[in-house]
Amino acid sequence: MTAVLDSARAELLRLRKWPAVWITVGAWIALALTFGYVFDYVSYATGTESFATEGTTAGAARDALLTGLLPQAVPDVLVQGMPMFGGALAMVLGALVAGNGFGWGTWKTAFTQGPSRPAVVGGSLMALSAFVVLIVAITLVLFTVVSAGIALTEGEAITWPTAGDLARAVGGGLLVLQMWALLGYAVGIIARGPALAVGLGLVWALVVENLLRGVGSLLDAIEQLTHFLPGTAAGSLVGSLTGTGSGTPGVLDVIGGEQAVLTVAAYVVGLVVVVLTVMRRRDLA
Amino acid sequence: MDTGVNETGELVLRTDALTKRYGDRVAVDGVSMTVRRGEVYGFLGHNGAGKTTTLRMVLGLVRPTAGRASVLGRPAGRADVTGRVGALVEGPGFYPYLSGRDNLRSLARYRHLPRAEVERVLDLVDLAGRGDDAYKGYSLGMKQRLGVAAALLGDPELVILDEPTNGLDPAGMADMRELVVSLARGGRTVLLSSHLLTEVQEICDRVGVIDHGRLLREAAVADLRGGITVRVRATPADTALAVATRMAGPDGVRTLPDGALGVGLPASAAPDLTRALVAAGVDVHEVAPSERTLEEVFFEMTTGAAAPGSASNANMKETVS
Repeated sequence: MTAVLDSARAELLRLRKWPAVWITVGAWIALALTFGYVFDYVSYATGTESFATEGTTAGAARDALLTGLLPQAVPDVLVQGMPMFGGALAMVLGALVAGNGFGWGTWKTAFTQGPSRPAVVGGSLMALSAFVVLIVAITLVLFTVVSAGIALTEGEAITWPTAGDLARAVGGGLLVLQMWALLGYAVGIIARGPALAVGLGLVWALVVENLLRGVGSLLDAIEQLTHFLPGTAAGSLVGSLTGTGSGTPGVLDVIGGEQAVLTVAAYVVGLVVVVLTVMRRRDLA
Repeated sequence: MDTGVNETGELVLRTDALTKRYGDRVAVDGVSMTVRRGEVYGFLGHNGAGKTTTLRMVLGLVRPTAGRASVLGRPAGRADVTGRVGALVEGPGFYPYLSGRDNLRSLARYRHLPRAEVERVLDLVDLAGRGDDAYKGYSLGMKQRLGVAAALLGDPELVILDEPTNGLDPAGMADMRELVVSLARGGRTVLLSSHLLTEVQEICDRVGVIDHGRLLREAAVADLRGGITVRVRATPADTALAVATRMAGPDGVRTLPDGALGVGLPASAAPDLTRALVAAGVDVHEVAPSERTLEEVFFEMTTGAAAPGSASNANMKETVS
């Protein structure tokens, strides 16, 4: 275990000093903030409220918009961007962390330091997971501050979300991002480089799965298959937390929440096994 | 045995018919080599001869197709072995965006070493002043030196350096030679792979010569070179031969291609030999110490191995290069 922790510390040192990691994290924060708060708030603030709209559907929509920006809605906003760009960025992060070591020769260097290969790779996965936790933590703090700010500005009472809602959202978000990060990591390992891994991964997550779900509505066999795909599972997991009423892209209700959690968790475990198995025996040039 | 240590205790590295095939291509073909504790072992071969692949197997980076390698008495590549070995193989592998110092700090964490150890090895390779610069900005020589510094982290029992002078200027090469010699003097075992033969001749105790994946010979440098002989040109030749034979013994004298005599005596015996020749009434035209260079021996060996008529080697040349 010491060897795994030593390896994780070594990997953390190089990850936290890597600009590419912070660019990826920053991109997520910027996107999540923009789509979670900025657009909705601008739309709310520039909308007009008068006696004419009060009590009508337009007024109700505007109220709903504000409700979605207040602290109580933080759990929903936290996870709603994760099936789409959150997952994609986590996958990029995983592919970068795993894939570059082949071209740079740093896997070779790490494997000749003392810790066994499983320990080195295990440490690397721990470091990657630490960044996934960090991403969720930063987002949570930021969203809380922003939503509280909006509540104060708009003169609304601050109602905090329940601990249960928050815990479910944080747990679900961690699972979804971890799965995508591991998927990127695994493809980075198999492809021995980040470029192909990022490219294929994004095409898969953003295009192929959507196409398959489209075809699935015509062909039953394909539909059954899509129930087990990572995008479906992640989207349905988030859908079970937030509901699919908002029409956020990627948020689904294809499979039930429980099945979604199990599928995502199975991917997490399975991908760790794949990564450790591949790296254990591979020849490193 | 001069050390009194038993044979296996003395061996730091041993390979046993180590073989690596990539499809039809045989990169390493039944290499059995031994490196003894405390020596500087030169691993010689042309580019593509199989040196690096052998070293990768020794480090556990590549799995042998057949045969075995053991390091410090344990199977190569085991976690409890790699921590006691320092290596620079096939160029340094570092994170380009990190400074040289941070790269080493990361490696020191794998090895559970204190930060002071990083400063020690940076000093050793004269990089302390540039330690905070990003690795990607380093010159080829600095990158190589950082690689050597990494190999010295934690003062390992066996240091494996694959072409450590690649990319170094003459002054850098001299520094590197000095560093390797000082390592050996400190009791460290060094396995040095190189195609720079003068470098190896100067600093290595024993060498293994590999060509087309096969270990052609493993011997002490002095044995390979055949030792120093005294070259004598004198007339009349038969009297000179008789005198030389009396001093060096019947097996100690051979007639060289140009008619001169190669006398198997140390250079310090030249005055005595000259006196004896003159006393016997021989005219002495030339007396000089002579020794074949490792380079001459190496080329003799490697060109011989690939000579026409040696069909298997000729085939291997096709498949290896």
